[in-house]
Amino acid sequence: MDLILETSKFVAGSAFDVLPIVVFLFAFQILVIRGRLPNLRRVLVGFVFVIVGLGLFLEGLEHTLFPLGRLMAQQLTDPDFLREMRLSAAGALVWRDFYWVYLFAAAVGFSTTLAEPALMAVSIKANEVSGGAVGVWGLRVAVAIGVGVGVSLGCYRIITGLPLQHFIAAGYVVVIAQTVVAPKMIIPLAYDSGGVTTSTVTVPLITALGLGLAEAVPGRSPLLDGFGLVAFASLFPIISVLAYGQLAVLRQGADKPVPKKAELQEE
Amino acid sequence: MKNGLIALGRDALFSLRDLLPIVLVIGVFQVFVIRQPVDGLLSLAIGALLVVAGLAFFIFGLRLALFPIGEGLAHSLARKGSAFWLFTFAFVLGFGTTIAEPALLAVAAEASEVAVDAGAIAATEEAQANYALGLRLVVALSVGVALLIGVFRILANWSLPVMIIGGYVLVVLVTTIAPAEIVGVAYDSGGVTTSTVTVPLVTALGVGLASSLKGRNAMSDGFGLIAFASLTPILFVLLYGTVLEWI
Repeated sequence: MDLILETSKFVAGSAFDVLPIVVFLFAFQILVIRGRLPNLRRVLVGFVFVIVGLGLFLEGLEHTLFPLGRLMAQQLTDPDFLREMRLSAAGALVWRDFYWVYLFAAAVGFSTTLAEPALMAVSIKANEVSGGAVGVWGLRVAVAIGVGVGVSLGCYRIITGLPLQHFIAAGYVVVIAQTVVAPKMIIPLAYDSGGVTTSTVTVPLITALGLGLAEAVPGRSPLLDGFGLVAFASLFPIISVLAYGQLAVLRQGADKPVPKKAELQEE
Repeated sequence: MKNGLIALGRDALFSLRDLLPIVLVIGVFQVFVIRQPVDGLLSLAIGALLVVAGLAFFIFGLRLALFPIGEGLAHSLARKGSAFWLFTFAFVLGFGTTIAEPALLAVAAEASEVAVDAGAIAATEEAQANYALGLRLVVALSVGVALLIGVFRILANWSLPVMIIGGYVLVVLVTTIAPAEIVGVAYDSGGVTTSTVTVPLVTALGVGLASSLKGRNAMSDGFGLIAFASLTPILFVLLYGTVLEWI
């Protein structure tokens, strides 16, 4: 009974978030376009599904992934646990002793990105627009790998205390170099995927991980060091998606004697 | 009706597949690394069912509503040929969807605490509320401006890499003069603006616009709006912090 009550609260909350957008879209359609929306009933039914779907999704996460993920982030960054699992001989913990944290960060970054609804939306659209050249699954795996690597590296940064700007600047140098050589059609999509990943599912978990780490490592402040992970999670998917585009071109070049780069740019 | 049910069933199966990696990761870490019992397995199972159903419903509704309406409006506006309404639409869409964003409310409240700790504003409730509201307005404004610039780029056919990389160079420059306590908040706000409902709409807007303009390619010109929406909040919030410090 509680569950039904709580679920309806979440659905109401999601309606509260989505309705202003719906009102704006319809107002624009009526006042500026001055035409009736084609398939009005379908669209209305679709909005009901979006609202109910988001409500159920968030309610479900609140009961499963968020508490479990936060708890696990706490347990894995607990100094007692870290000392028990250490690799180094004695004395203060060194960066290598946090290996479970790196693994967990990579695994959580990867798997939560695969479940990110906004990324699914972009992949579906990119697949449709590219005429199948960009795979729905391929793009999502590419982004997920980027987030996994990014979050893991971000944890390394918190542990070692190296400056955030150095990593981000180095990352953007790589992005610039890749932009020069990558196929043109993948570039805008790659840039977009940086923003798409940091959404509903991934952010709460990696924030919890960052805060846990910043508290566990001596000399780090949660306020100053906890936030960097989101920046890593937005940067590395750009690199991995550009690489995905470069790989696709290479593979095509290997299959056929004449590289089809021009065709890829046209479609 | 029948086709709809089949599509919904397929979406549910896909959701199940999409969520499997998370279940595996959590399961493996719980069993092999943490090795502590988990309470409330029933509640977890019900929650997991809700997640699968919710994801399937969302993706189903996305195809029925968000994509068609976003693209339909982009096509109609392009046919209407009025740049003014196109820019207005882009700006209001960005501003309107961001100002009410729950993640932004949380970040703004948190940021006002940081500002009090750093001594940037007075430790009164009123000063904090003003600061948080100011921050929300700045971020919403920045997303509106981002979509406006992005739509302008599609119309003018300017180079996306040059604009985005130029933008990040600006971010780096402003970071050096901005007060230290705003930097974290600024970089965070770039991540919170692109919500689950906004992303599909904005993507559909860009793709719809690029595909209805002659000489544009939906793939290489239609994407890129979200890239602007993650960049401008950082820049605007850094500037906001810098200006507040000067006053």
